[in-house]
Amino acid sequence: MDLSCTPEEEEFRARLREWLTKVLPTLPAAPPPDDWPGRRAYDLGWQRMLYDAGYADVHWGASPTTRLIFLEETERAGAPYVGANFVGLLHAGPTIAAEGTVGQQARWLPPILRGEEVWCQGFSEPGAGSDLAALRTRAHRDGDDYVVSGSKLWTSHAEVADWCELLVRTDPDAPRHQGITWLAMPMDADGITVRPLRTLAGSAEFAEVFLDEVRVPAVNRVGEENDGWRVTMVTLSFERGTAFVGEVVACRRTLTELTRTARENGRWDDPVLRRRVGRLDAEFRALWRLIQWNVSEAETTGGVPGARGSVFKLRYAHARQELYDTAAEVLGPDCLDLDRPWVLDRLSALSYTIAAGTSQIQRNIVAERILGLPKGR
Amino acid sequence: MRFQLTDDQEALRTGVRELLDRCFGPEVLRTAVGAPGRLDRTLWRTLGDAGFFALRLPEADGGVGRGLAEAVLAFEEAGRALLPGPLVATHLAAGDVPGAATGEAVVTAVDGGVVEWLGAADVVRGDASGAVPLHSVDPLTPLHRVPGPVAFGPAGGVAVLLTAAEQLGTAARVCELAVQHARTREQFGRPIGAFQAVKHLCADLLVRVEVARVAVYAAAVTADPADIATARLLADEAAVRGARDCLQVHGGMGFTWEADVHLHLKRAWVRAHRGGGGTQSEEFLAERLVA
Repeated sequence: MDLSCTPEEEEFRARLREWLTKVLPTLPAAPPPDDWPGRRAYDLGWQRMLYDAGYADVHWGASPTTRLIFLEETERAGAPYVGANFVGLLHAGPTIAAEGTVGQQARWLPPILRGEEVWCQGFSEPGAGSDLAALRTRAHRDGDDYVVSGSKLWTSHAEVADWCELLVRTDPDAPRHQGITWLAMPMDADGITVRPLRTLAGSAEFAEVFLDEVRVPAVNRVGEENDGWRVTMVTLSFERGTAFVGEVVACRRTLTELTRTARENGRWDDPVLRRRVGRLDAEFRALWRLIQWNVSEAETTGGVPGARGSVFKLRYAHARQELYDTAAEVLGPDCLDLDRPWVLDRLSALSYTIAAGTSQIQRNIVAERILGLPKGR
Repeated sequence: MRFQLTDDQEALRTGVRELLDRCFGPEVLRTAVGAPGRLDRTLWRTLGDAGFFALRLPEADGGVGRGLAEAVLAFEEAGRALLPGPLVATHLAAGDVPGAATGEAVVTAVDGGVVEWLGAADVVRGDASGAVPLHSVDPLTPLHRVPGPVAFGPAGGVAVLLTAAEQLGTAARVCELAVQHARTREQFGRPIGAFQAVKHLCADLLVRVEVARVAVYAAAVTADPADIATARLLADEAAVRGARDCLQVHGGMGFTWEADVHLHLKRAWVRAHRGGGGTQSEEFLAERLVA
């Protein structure tokens, strides 16, 4: 067992750290949370800077350890997070890199890396959230196109996206996992209506998307027709395996800031609070070790993060909620003021045990795929 | 960075597991439960001969010359097997108490106002004067209470880490026991593991084991006090909560003396008390954050 990095990796870290020190002070101020066009421009701008400096492909071009160093250092330096590039860089990009044709890779990957195109995720539907395979948005082949009708829900960044990674049912008579196809849908196609939805945090960060006879070229299909479920599992294992890595570093930074506030306002004298903070520190330290373990394993096997991503996701979702509940305890009555730091974070954290597969679904995955318990209801 | 077991470490783990299967299998465990307070000197010598206590002593001093990571793997196996005795204290004494390394001497230590195996020990480290026997909750760990102010070792010390490794072993074992039972025990015409309520208990058992495992192994690599405090908090949770959930999965059978579950839970409680318990580790980590 070894936790040290190679000289090349340490050199990468030093170079990145130096670059961040130089460029971060030149960044414009981040736009307010509800200014979606502003956030799109800001997030794409940051991705372009990464591209020009040679760091853009770190999410799928580099070794897992290098990616880990990148996420650790950017987060530690307070650099912008992937933001609107989340789906492109962490879901669609890796999926196309793994499953797309050479032509598809050439068409879609460079614009993601250069910060030119934003992707959104069209997986969940009103009747198919946790039971994703129940999706009903249908598509039939008409000449060189698929014609798509239905609706999608919880589609983050849909308003400002150029592309949508879309799951459609292409064979309604097949067993439900076998009639699904993975398409890349251009968001400017005719027949698409985006209705922003307000979350309980007050922001309109996700949307309902209505699809009425939308024509998607058949060359935009990634993988075979009716083989979309397998492609989707590749996407989801990326989502659960590595997509939250940078956030763990951010949570540790928040914990330190929260400690400072507690010292200033006297809450630190409460041993119950101190113990809770100490336990959270242990929690995030252990989650970081779990990431290192999973990355080492992936580096050894060369594989995609598998069901073990669910172990991380389950524990992390809970820890993140616990972190902001503790922050509320530090804030006292101020935790009821939406203008205070961490109050919005506390609200958004409520989505973590639901998004990307609810905790209940993750437990089923762990129990059935890792522990081998029988399927059931 | 290759944060995975090396082939040598895998081999060592397998070796210790096979040794413990041979010399401390289920029947020996049951015999030991039936004769509380008696430390099996033959077993202790066998452990000594196998290098369990001398694992980290340099080869020049007659030891095995391995590191903290290997010791952690060995103690994890000891936890799994419910191996009784003052294992940590004797291991830590291997360099300076004659006979400890070979298993000829049994060494115990005063820790947090309590001494384990006082009656069976040849050497006691710390002041045990005035010790009064307790009616120990764990049938395989006799306990004495020591009067006076309670003194703890460092929250990030090696004794704490080796205890965490034992807790990890317990956690992994009770997870296996729960899953085995959930797969085979039928109610309402199907294995109980098919019911989501049971399935989710088992999933949570595994999640706690996995998180505790990486925390314990990382602490063995870095020997950093904060990593060790982290390891103990996660491992205590995995062992204590894990044993309770395992008991729950076993239902009525779990509440009987015949099932092994209660032995795991009781030992996990005893270990969770060592080194100041989780409180000391929590306060230690909290103070590090403001430092």
